Amino acid sequence: MRGAAPAMQTKAPTCLTLGGVEFVADVSGALFHEAERLLIVADLHLEKGSAYAARRVLLPPYDTAATLARLAETARRLAPRAIVALGDSFHDVRAGERMADADRQTLADLQRGRDFLWIAGNHDPEAPAFAGGERRETLSFRGLMLRHEPMAGAGGEIAGHLHPVARVVTRSGGVRRRCFVSDGVRCVMPAFGAYAGGLNIRDPAFAPLFGESPIIAHVLGRSGVYGVGAHVCRPD
Amino acid sequence: MTRRPRLPALPEAFDQWFAARGWTARPHQLQLLAHAARGESALLVAPTGAGKTLAGFLPSLIDIAGTPRRARRGGVHTLYISPLKALAVDVARNLEAPIIDMGLPVRVETRTGDTPASRRQRQRRDPPDILMTTPEQLALLLGGPDAPHLFGALRRVVLDELHALVTSKRGDLLALDLARLRTIAPGLAATGLSATVRDTDELRRYLVAQDGLAQDASRPMAALVTAPPGAPPDLAMLDTRERLPWSGHGAAHAINEIYAAIKGAKMALVFVNTRAQAEAVFQQLWSINEDALPIALHHGSLDAGQRRRVEEAMAQGKLKGVVCTSTLDLGIDWGDVDLVLNVGAPKGSSRLMQRIGRANHRLDEPSRAILIPANRFEVLECRAAIDAANEGAQDSPPLRTGALDVLCQHILGMACAQPFNADDLYAEVISAEPYSQLAREDFDAALDFVATGGYALKTYDRFAKIRQGKDGLWRVANPRVAQSWRMNVGTIVESDMLKVRLVRGRGKQAPARASGGGGLLNYPARLPGQAAGKPGYTGPLGRGGRVLGEIEEYFLETLAPGDTFVFGGEILALEGIVENEALVSRAHADAPKVPSYAGGKFPLSTYLAERVRKLVSNPRNWKALPAQVREWLTIQKRVSRLPAPGDLLVETFPRGGRFYLVAYPFEGRLAHQTLGMLLTRRMERMGLRPLGFVASEYALAVWSLSDVAGVSMDALFSEDILGDDLEEWLQESALMKRTFRTCAVIAGLIERRFPGKEKTGRQVTMSTDLVYDVLRRHQPDHVLLRAARDDAATGLLDIARLSALLSRIQGRIVHEALERVSPLAVPVMLEIGREPVYGEAQDHILAEAAESLVAEAMG
Repeated sequence: MRGAAPAMQTKAPTCLTLGGVEFVADVSGALFHEAERLLIVADLHLEKGSAYAARRVLLPPYDTAATLARLAETARRLAPRAIVALGDSFHDVRAGERMADADRQTLADLQRGRDFLWIAGNHDPEAPAFAGGERRETLSFRGLMLRHEPMAGAGGEIAGHLHPVARVVTRSGGVRRRCFVSDGVRCVMPAFGAYAGGLNIRDPAFAPLFGESPIIAHVLGRSGVYGVGAHVCRPD
Repeated sequence: MTRRPRLPALPEAFDQWFAARGWTARPHQLQLLAHAARGESALLVAPTGAGKTLAGFLPSLIDIAGTPRRARRGGVHTLYISPLKALAVDVARNLEAPIIDMGLPVRVETRTGDTPASRRQRQRRDPPDILMTTPEQLALLLGGPDAPHLFGALRRVVLDELHALVTSKRGDLLALDLARLRTIAPGLAATGLSATVRDTDELRRYLVAQDGLAQDASRPMAALVTAPPGAPPDLAMLDTRERLPWSGHGAAHAINEIYAAIKGAKMALVFVNTRAQAEAVFQQLWSINEDALPIALHHGSLDAGQRRRVEEAMAQGKLKGVVCTSTLDLGIDWGDVDLVLNVGAPKGSSRLMQRIGRANHRLDEPSRAILIPANRFEVLECRAAIDAANEGAQDSPPLRTGALDVLCQHILGMACAQPFNADDLYAEVISAEPYSQLAREDFDAALDFVATGGYALKTYDRFAKIRQGKDGLWRVANPRVAQSWRMNVGTIVESDMLKVRLVRGRGKQAPARASGGGGLLNYPARLPGQAAGKPGYTGPLGRGGRVLGEIEEYFLETLAPGDTFVFGGEILALEGIVENEALVSRAHADAPKVPSYAGGKFPLSTYLAERVRKLVSNPRNWKALPAQVREWLTIQKRVSRLPAPGDLLVETFPRGGRFYLVAYPFEGRLAHQTLGMLLTRRMERMGLRPLGFVASEYALAVWSLSDVAGVSMDALFSEDILGDDLEEWLQESALMKRTFRTCAVIAGLIERRFPGKEKTGRQVTMSTDLVYDVLRRHQPDHVLLRAARDDAATGLLDIARLSALLSRIQGRIVHEALERVSPLAVPVMLEIGREPVYGEAQDHILAEAAESLVAEAMG
């Protein structure tokens, strides 16, 4: 076995442009628009752990706290004026009933002093009553449509739902990581939730969404986001 | 053995049966009978061919035959446990002979995963006298409601190949089940059958109930019966006429000599250490097989049906040679093997002796074996192993401390059987040898885990799997919990495996094999009637083809469609992966990627390592070494030095603009890997700008941009490297995550097929890595993380051994600052670039891929 030296310098922020609008692809898996101070996250899947527990697969009950803590950390770092959650924020319609008081409090603290928008997803057509913020089916932002499920044939959009991951293999080895996938018109965001699984970007589900222009996977590393051509990413 | 019991006489029918065969009962068979007659547990240590199995069953046959049926209580009289399903079936068959010959009123039945449901039900209703089964099946029986009915009258348990069973988590589970059997049937006596081991006391304690408070010397032990050893083995090392390779694990250089040895033998077993080596050696043998010798391949990844065909062909004497891995180490005598060829490092002296024993099962004739080292260091290891074997020195691993994940599985199983009282179950558990030192708080943590996940955050009470009733007893919350437990019993967790299915290539006609020709008819994978690929196959990626076997998912992850690899003795091209199957086609390639999938990567034993260090240190010991190796060591002595046995030699030298550090601990690849990871971290902090490292069984090389020659080696290798650095690295380690997954499956946190294995439509797969990441941040002392850390210490990371190394070499590091690479360093230097980077430096890989994107864009 051979190992590479562990140290890695921190990377410069990765820019992701959609229909001429510039975003920063954050290492946390969030998208940030600096001028408007708008933070976008997708697929939080809060209370996924307890959903499994209800079927007696007793996964550690810390996923909601972990997801919210990462969102809070990202918000501290980037100080957004508004946060948009692109649907599937709650793993199921009864997730709210199972959410612990401490986690509700974290969520409330996150919402204080800024706008918070819940876009509806297939897992959470309704957000729980205590969830605060505002509820929308979609949101339009600088000519881009923000929605949960990407729509083939639609114009510029930012969506989630598919949980993209890229498998990158070089001579040095291979990794499978969450990623943003974009062709400069549309962006499918990585899932943000601690227990959210991943779908390989070479899966047929992605094919109808992207056109002729080069598709880039912006892959989440430990210390930065790395742009890799989707055509060199491997299927699972 | 404390006193020699007076040997009992056999009942007349048995005496006559022996006499009719021209046999007399052997002393160890009669001694075992004497212990059984007194209801005592006993360990029988005997070499292969000493009539071990018959010795184990003789007391049962005599007891059952001597008791009128109506005087016996219903239920199983003797339970026989074997590590291998096939061995249980084989032994049952062998037992039929005396039963039929003497007309004994004894019913013998097997129960394995293959036993049809109707027969299982009948066995519950009307149990046989002797039941032959595996540890997993026993666990299932004990977790069912019929256990008291089945085993209430149990008199004896016979544990076959005990030395092999106790070294894994299967042994932990079996120990717990043995404890439960003693509760159900208090008069029970256990008999262990074992090959020669380093420490028989450990096995003797394993067989009987322990008293947790007793001191080591006074702990209860089963009686010991030892059969006389067989003839000493006839061992030789191949002194090749070819140039001995500097590194690598192949046998290409010696393939003609191996072929000649097979040709000259009646039937030869060619043992190798990994499945990859098995594939390579098999290929090479076929490429020179001018006499079309029937040579077959046998390893754990091959389809079970194919392995059975090889075994049957062996039993019928149809084969001349079989290339195999440890899958044929154990148990069954498949045929008249008269020669063992061991390719590569023997790893340990007990391991080697077990393999040698596969040749010639007659006690009075020596087993014949030839060791074929693959490189120069392996010559040293082979020499040390031969010396150890000739002295009869054993180095089997010490007994385990019972694993917590296995305990969790067992606790749930006991709740499935019947409601239990926690105090009673704890008392029962600590009567099992591997758990005899288990603290009550650890038992309670396991119990808490089984009930509600064992989390500090108590939110799952309403989802509990087991609950304590008002009567204080714990019972399963609902029948589905028991059902899920039954589906997940056992401690063998395969890595994610994909079936390898043969389909036709992309419109290509499947080309003929390189080695060509009819000789392949001898290869039992394709015996007549086994057509390759079925008719009615529907398209380029149709699913109609034959399954060749299974292969680890992580190996396939390194391949792209179109890449070629060797599997099951043929060259295959990956066509694609569909759900949980890898679709492949036959291909023709000059340089197939050799499968580097894991399997049989045992580290060099501590004992053998010590002997190798001694051998190297003193030129007077080199007489028995080949001339090429003597020359190599002599030059090493001149340009650098040879370390004294207790010392650690560290060499530093510049080469190609980089600075190298090579150390020679001889402690096995796993411990060296862990050390390499820790050293590079420390060197990074010291500003030495390390670039990478490579580890072999014997040595470790680290290279950096700055010179390490001026650094204090005592400081670099100081023991505190096992502190924070280790902890920090461990957390992120891919090996740790894999270990955690295994524990999570065994403990029952997740099911074997969890999750996304039944990939339906969209393959959104959530991996246990995500669970691990969350748990370690929020509850680092959780029982499953402790179980995973315990495994890592002895398993993939071998921290226990690394720790022993670091304390051994304190103040004993000898540093040679050289101008250039030394002869001893050449083998490990040649490994650089040959093996892929381990999956730790993820960002490094991403950066590399991103750079190629930039290069592409900039034209």
